[in-house]
Amino acid sequence: MSAVFEQIFQVGFLAAIIRIATPLAFATLGEMFSERAGVLNLGIEGIMLLSAMTGFTAASLSGSLWLGVLAAVLTGMLMGALHALFTVVLGLSQHVCGIGVTLFSSGLAYFLYRLIFGQQSVPPSIKGFQTLPIPVLSDIPVLGPAVFNQFALVYMAILAIPLAAFVLYRTPWGLSVRMVGENPRAADSAGVSVIATRFQAVILGGALMGLAGAFLSMAQFNAFTFGVVSGRGWVAIALVVFGRWDPWRSAGAALLFAFVDALQLRMQASGLGHIPYEAFLMLPFIFTIIAMAVMSRNAVAPSALLKPFRREER
Amino acid sequence: MFRLEVRTSTPAWFNLALPLLAIGATLVLCSGLIALAGAGVIEAYGVMFTASLGDSYAITETMVRAAPMIFTGLAVAVAFRAKFWNIGAEGQLLAGAVASCFVGAIPMPGPLAMVLMAVAGAAAGAAVALVPATLRVKFKVDDVVSSLLLNSVIYYALMALIEGPWKDSFSGYPISPPIEDSANFPVLLEGTRLHLGVVVALIAAPLIWFLIVRTTLGFRIRVTGENPEAARYGGIHVERVLISTALLSGALAGLAGVGEVGGVHFQVMSDISPGYGYSGIVVAMLARLNPLGVVPAAIFLAAVMTGAEAMSRATGVPAFLSDVIQGTALLAMLVALLFTAYRIRRVGAAR
Repeated sequence: MSAVFEQIFQVGFLAAIIRIATPLAFATLGEMFSERAGVLNLGIEGIMLLSAMTGFTAASLSGSLWLGVLAAVLTGMLMGALHALFTVVLGLSQHVCGIGVTLFSSGLAYFLYRLIFGQQSVPPSIKGFQTLPIPVLSDIPVLGPAVFNQFALVYMAILAIPLAAFVLYRTPWGLSVRMVGENPRAADSAGVSVIATRFQAVILGGALMGLAGAFLSMAQFNAFTFGVVSGRGWVAIALVVFGRWDPWRSAGAALLFAFVDALQLRMQASGLGHIPYEAFLMLPFIFTIIAMAVMSRNAVAPSALLKPFRREER
Repeated sequence: MFRLEVRTSTPAWFNLALPLLAIGATLVLCSGLIALAGAGVIEAYGVMFTASLGDSYAITETMVRAAPMIFTGLAVAVAFRAKFWNIGAEGQLLAGAVASCFVGAIPMPGPLAMVLMAVAGAAAGAAVALVPATLRVKFKVDDVVSSLLLNSVIYYALMALIEGPWKDSFSGYPISPPIEDSANFPVLLEGTRLHLGVVVALIAAPLIWFLIVRTTLGFRIRVTGENPEAARYGGIHVERVLISTALLSGALAGLAGVGEVGGVHFQVMSDISPGYGYSGIVVAMLARLNPLGVVPAAIFLAAVMTGAEAMSRATGVPAFLSDVIQGTALLAMLVALLFTAYRIRRVGAAR
């Protein structure tokens, strides 16, 4: 048994957790901003896929990975704006629009990818991001090589967590976001533009979802495949709820999920496949559903989530 | 000057005009992608049409593809009527497929097997839909998120089955064992894949329409959706109606899976549904939640899917155009629905 533990808990294992958590952290923070402003964005799955595609394409055509990241972020913002246009400006139902955005974005991603790269037996790949050891910090035993010898995007994700918390809890804009998500009527009376704030929050969310997509196709897989996202967007939806719409808790939830996922991968690799790996992949969804039932007593979800705001309606 | 005014009622012809407007706008928008791919727009849409609706064989293929979307479309339409936001038709379909595959693999007389497959599939779908409905009624849990997340749970359960106990030990492929030959749904037209399940789907639509429009349960479902306070005031047990709606909706989605197992694939694999559950949302919205409208809406989407492959072979435009059309159609329909809420009125020329 101890041999098993040794095999599982190594530096490589810790590094794998961080790497699996990175796109989830970006996506979860993105979804959190959107939901804190009162807009559920079910377009996340498709937005991540389309961003992964545009990022990969831009990087592979230009040869610049950072140009790829930029393309992915812009794609995320654009699709976020589309979702915001429908749900915030036009006040259409958020869940149906979100599914529409996901169907549209995924379809567009498949279509454009096939158009640009054609049908190839081996999918084209790029030389993705390389690890970037941080001097001194990467020399810390165990933690150093696992956390501080990572891709640049990983560091960005780590920095994004306190930054998101700061923006949400310590800036006037963050206050506006929380207000329009909790009580848009009061926010409106206080002179906060509900429409503009929600629009901005959904677009910021889209940018973060774009980073998640960029990480998948340019750091994790170094290629775009149709299964590159494979449900990670839905995982993020679950993690936001599980993390109670808080940046720290949501990121913690992403880390926890990454731990379970990495464990599952290790157990498969080490031939300990008594428990089907799918059982582990199911866990975040089951836990979230249970958590929703438990938490429902002390409503923590943004009160105005799913509710469009129209000024003239009282 | 023009002004937006809130509409109090919508004329009946809107039910037909709005979907047609949305579909028209979708085809115009997506023609940009065809042009981008360097093909003729008219030619591409022409091939798409002939390959899906141009001859009797093509029509049967389109109908085979429409059948699961009629069921998921009905499932979503029924649920949305009660404002039970069932985004989980995909998972309910998969549960129905798995359950019917279990039953279909048991040797027994064919007709009995088919009936039991349908019962098991419907029950499995209903059981899955019961989870978000119960959570909403008992714990006030948001049904959008819980029903969506259940899709992933069911998908992984299906994967665990076909990569575990069900795995084909001979080939090693992650597919379930096939159902008994006698349980295969009869083909109605020699030389086609048109199976009994397609007819059942076509019969189900008017039945569900009757249920919604003409029965007490249907009335309760509609009132619960339109005005739960009034429903409660009028003595309707809203919670019970939501549970009944979920059972009905889940059962319908489960039947979509039954048809795919009994009439098309005869076994279960990971890609048994190319997102028919999500397409059901598109179908239901295009149909304006009218069960009778679900049939043409499902046929439209099925025709796009069937036609896209032929269009791709003939013109080189990627067949994924059908996915874009589906997403665009849903968004366009949502925008078109604004016309039911508002009207544009001309007001005095100058201020």
